[in-house]
Amino acid sequence: MRDLLTTDGLGHDEATAILDTADELKRTLLGREVRKLPTLRGRTVITMFYENSTRTRVSFEIAGKWMSADVINVSAGGSSVGKGESLRDTALTLSAAGADCVIVRHPASGAPHRLSGWLAETRTSVVNAGDGMHEHPTQALLDAATLRERLGSIEGRRIAIVGDVLHSRVARSNVHLLATLGAEVVLVAPPTLLPHGVEQWPVTTAYDLDSQLPGIDAVMMLRVQAERMRGGFFPSAREYSIAYGLNEKRLAMLPDHAVVLHPGPMLRGMEIASPVADSPRAAITEQVSNGVHVRMAVLYHLLAGEEL
Amino acid sequence: MAPPRGAAAPAERELLSAGDVARTIARMAHQVIEKTALDGPADRSEGAHDVGSADDAGPPLPPVLLGIPTRGTPLAHRLAARIEEFSGVAVPAGALDVTLYRDDLRRKPTRPLEETDVPAGGIDDRIVILVDDVLFSGRTVRSALDALSDHGRPRAVQLAALVDRGHRELPIRADYVGKNVPTSRTEEVSVLLAETDGRDAVLIRGQ
Repeated sequence: MRDLLTTDGLGHDEATAILDTADELKRTLLGREVRKLPTLRGRTVITMFYENSTRTRVSFEIAGKWMSADVINVSAGGSSVGKGESLRDTALTLSAAGADCVIVRHPASGAPHRLSGWLAETRTSVVNAGDGMHEHPTQALLDAATLRERLGSIEGRRIAIVGDVLHSRVARSNVHLLATLGAEVVLVAPPTLLPHGVEQWPVTTAYDLDSQLPGIDAVMMLRVQAERMRGGFFPSAREYSIAYGLNEKRLAMLPDHAVVLHPGPMLRGMEIASPVADSPRAAITEQVSNGVHVRMAVLYHLLAGEEL
Repeated sequence: MAPPRGAAAPAERELLSAGDVARTIARMAHQVIEKTALDGPADRSEGAHDVGSADDAGPPLPPVLLGIPTRGTPLAHRLAARIEEFSGVAVPAGALDVTLYRDDLRRKPTRPLEETDVPAGGIDDRIVILVDDVLFSGRTVRSALDALSDHGRPRAVQLAALVDRGHRELPIRADYVGKNVPTSRTEEVSVLLAETDGRDAVLIRGQ
């Protein structure tokens, strides 16, 4: 694997290999004295974040450091981007400076793809850490790792992705990956928050949440992305919350084994009620810790083997 | 038994049969018991142990056997079972994957990770016996020593190998060797075990 840009086209075996590696990394790091592996010693990883992020950037940084890579953070604010440098020039600069891997988050959908093309002649790998409304592949992988852990398997499971699907790169990446891994996905959202062309996705759709809940193995709640919304997608936050928020009453309608996921950051009281977010049925903190192991696995698969 | 070495050797020879493998593991178990003084304080005065016991602090903790995947893992479990059978002392066995510590990762396609399973009691202040099927360059053992130090601080580390085929590239030797086999570098020694390969045998393939 040279880059990780999308889960669309990531094969079943490739995805499973990453998840298995993440599992072994988690096991081998569990309870040990020194949480540091020498595997990526001498490799340089640069995170390039053109959009705000806490968990993803910290998670990648920890992942790189636990594998002994040198990790450098570049943010749009404090770099030459503020002086008007283009994405291409910034990327070529970082590559020339010795980056073995560039992890990029960008508000424009497709930016990591362009980056990957510009860096094709170099030895620098590109990881998409979230691009606009397009994809966030490592989030989908860490969700899959959490589902495997909680449910034992993904194949044949029924998973609901609920809320602002239209603006969600997490939803897109999850749809592709879960379909590849054999899950049945249902998107639950108001019609205004379902993307055009959703009929061509490997999913079913529903507008009513309550009728879906009893047959669901896992429910993934999405944040309502007000920062990407211009115009009225729903009448009011309160009305959205009543129709699509996961509250305690709805939690009780789920089967006992069902798991609640949220990619974060959560808007408590909006798409998820506080008692639900803090209940043992929610795997939200596990998602974060699995995120580190999954990102270590991704860096391992991109950087540890011989050069392609 | 293997035919004598010499002219007109066939492409593949059996170095150890299934029976030989079982006897070899049993012999190694006895050596471990003797060297780590598992058979009680009677041996202490005779100096039969070297690092096995704390001087007057009661019976020492039994050693921990850690197999190096793939085939070191079942070997470690078999060796532990034999040791318990002969000495009556239960010996924990587990697995230690060394992939993340190898010095040749950049020379090969990405390798999948194998299982790491350190027994619940940990390895601090205990004797750890690394178990591998074939001892060759010694580089795997070097990786294992690095991996081990990230898991804790053993009192001592020993090495057991079913086959020692020579050609060391590092200053490493085994404490327990099932069979020493002089080989040429181009020959290939493979250990087959029922758990992983359906039968027990040690084979050598000439080139």
